[in-house]
Amino acid sequence: MSIARPRSLCAAIFALALAGCGNSQPGLDQTGANPDLPEQRQTLVPPIRIATPEGWGGESPTAPQGFTVTALATDLKIPRQTLVLPNGDILVAEGSGGSAPPMRPKDVIAGYIKSMGKTPVKGGNRITLLRDADGDGKAEVRTTFIDGLNAPYGLAFVDGSLYVANQDALLRFPYRDGMTRIATPGQEVTTLPSRLNHHWTKALTASADGTKLYVGIGSNSNVGERGMAVEEDRAVIWEIDRATGAHRTFASGIRNPTALAINPQTQALWSVVNERDELGPQLVPDYLTSVRPGGFYGWPYSYWGRHVDPRVHPQNPKMVEKAIRPDYALGSHVAALGLSFVTGAGLGPSFAQGAFIGQHGSWNRQDLSGYKVVWVPFANGRPAGKPVDFLTGFIKHGHARGRPVGVTYDPSRGSLIVADDLSNTVWRVAPARPAPAR
Amino acid sequence: MPNRPTGVRPLLHPLHGLLLAFPVALFTVALLTDITYLQTAEIQWTNFSSWLIVGALLGGGLVLIWSIILAIGARRRTHRQPSLIYALLIAIMWIAGLINAFQHSQDAWSSVDVTGLILSIISMVFALSASWVAHRTVREIA
Repeated sequence: MSIARPRSLCAAIFALALAGCGNSQPGLDQTGANPDLPEQRQTLVPPIRIATPEGWGGESPTAPQGFTVTALATDLKIPRQTLVLPNGDILVAEGSGGSAPPMRPKDVIAGYIKSMGKTPVKGGNRITLLRDADGDGKAEVRTTFIDGLNAPYGLAFVDGSLYVANQDALLRFPYRDGMTRIATPGQEVTTLPSRLNHHWTKALTASADGTKLYVGIGSNSNVGERGMAVEEDRAVIWEIDRATGAHRTFASGIRNPTALAINPQTQALWSVVNERDELGPQLVPDYLTSVRPGGFYGWPYSYWGRHVDPRVHPQNPKMVEKAIRPDYALGSHVAALGLSFVTGAGLGPSFAQGAFIGQHGSWNRQDLSGYKVVWVPFANGRPAGKPVDFLTGFIKHGHARGRPVGVTYDPSRGSLIVADDLSNTVWRVAPARPAPAR
Repeated sequence: MPNRPTGVRPLLHPLHGLLLAFPVALFTVALLTDITYLQTAEIQWTNFSSWLIVGALLGGGLVLIWSIILAIGARRRTHRQPSLIYALLIAIMWIAGLINAFQHSQDAWSSVDVTGLILSIISMVFALSASWVAHRTVREIA
């Protein structure tokens, strides 16, 4: 079988390390409100499996029956998050950030290993505009909307202003309906913490009333191994006043909040969060949670509430005591990077209330997890039921054809936009409709 | 060769002795930086240890190969046994150091903790012992 290659790479690494491969225990249920959490297992070498890239070869990801998947645009430069403008145009943030220098031999080796599962393309540092006016799922207009950005990621639109979260600053651009290019430089709303930027992505969303902007700022390490001094203003979500640019820490201890969204039923802020590595293939589950104002979510001292992480010294029992249990586990090492709530029944009754979650997939366990878009059904503003696969086929014969990042529901047209930063494609998933009669 | 008793040479070639200085010094310092990390929880000390151990393994790797060649090639009874002991000590030093390099790749406190400290002690003790055995041994030449 063609999965032999990554396995043998792993075998070689492990033989070298004189350590056994850390296999996952079958039968653990790691999704939902009460995930099974196994014992911590720290190994000399963490379980690794790289799904090396392979092209789509003309194929597309697989959606449920009754949906069609089309490539809205290809040959992008590392598309991450997308935004649907009021006129239906789609913006795509493209880029790759982070500037943390290697601190240990491990950083050099891990950097090389991770690069084997990524695209060789250089990040665009730009926003591309896609327009699909005829609704055929292919963008017939494509322009470089904003150029010269610094690893843009989070996007938000409020009241005639476009907000772009670069890896080091939040920018505002005035927007008029129908624009295809903005040449004027953005106005800085506030700078964002960017030293090292181990987790560089700055997720962004606006409050329901539009007065506040929320920015997710990931930790500067896995679990404090760069020292706690560089974790000032990290692993937090900022609430920024849209008018003044003043900010306060809205939530903390939230390791890497990679996508933020407002729940349309409750108007509350929700986030998907990537949890820590190297405690075993089934620790720690990434999660989806409502974000409580002033809430502390454990990092680095503990995970999933009060499960203490032994790697952090000095330990902090007082903070562990305060740690909030997240609402909903998504599975360990799925690497959730996209979150979008659905409003209205544009995708049919099965997908009327809930959220889509893009799972990038990780190299941190041998049985690949993530590499798909899932649907989490909601009822009364809370998750109600297990995640359901919505878009799959990103892995074929052990190779990765794509890796989903941002997901955006387009309510005006009832479709889902999925950015894929491995094949550099933006996919559109829409209900299959009969060809219009002429 | 002035002033050297005829027919006797140090066991180690000068270059071999020079390479041996690396694991001797670097494993010793790595133990000190490990101890300092455990006392201060200041992350830079375990970073130092990681690089020191890798440096010791690079120098020590060449020493390991050379020590094996020396042990295999030792025909004379007078230095065959010390050569074997030397190669064995170097091998234990190097393997303990390799495991320790992976131990030190774990994050934060786990990079040292009890396991890392013990492995650092083993590497240092075996490096010093191997060096002692090597430098007190001479080989006779015909």
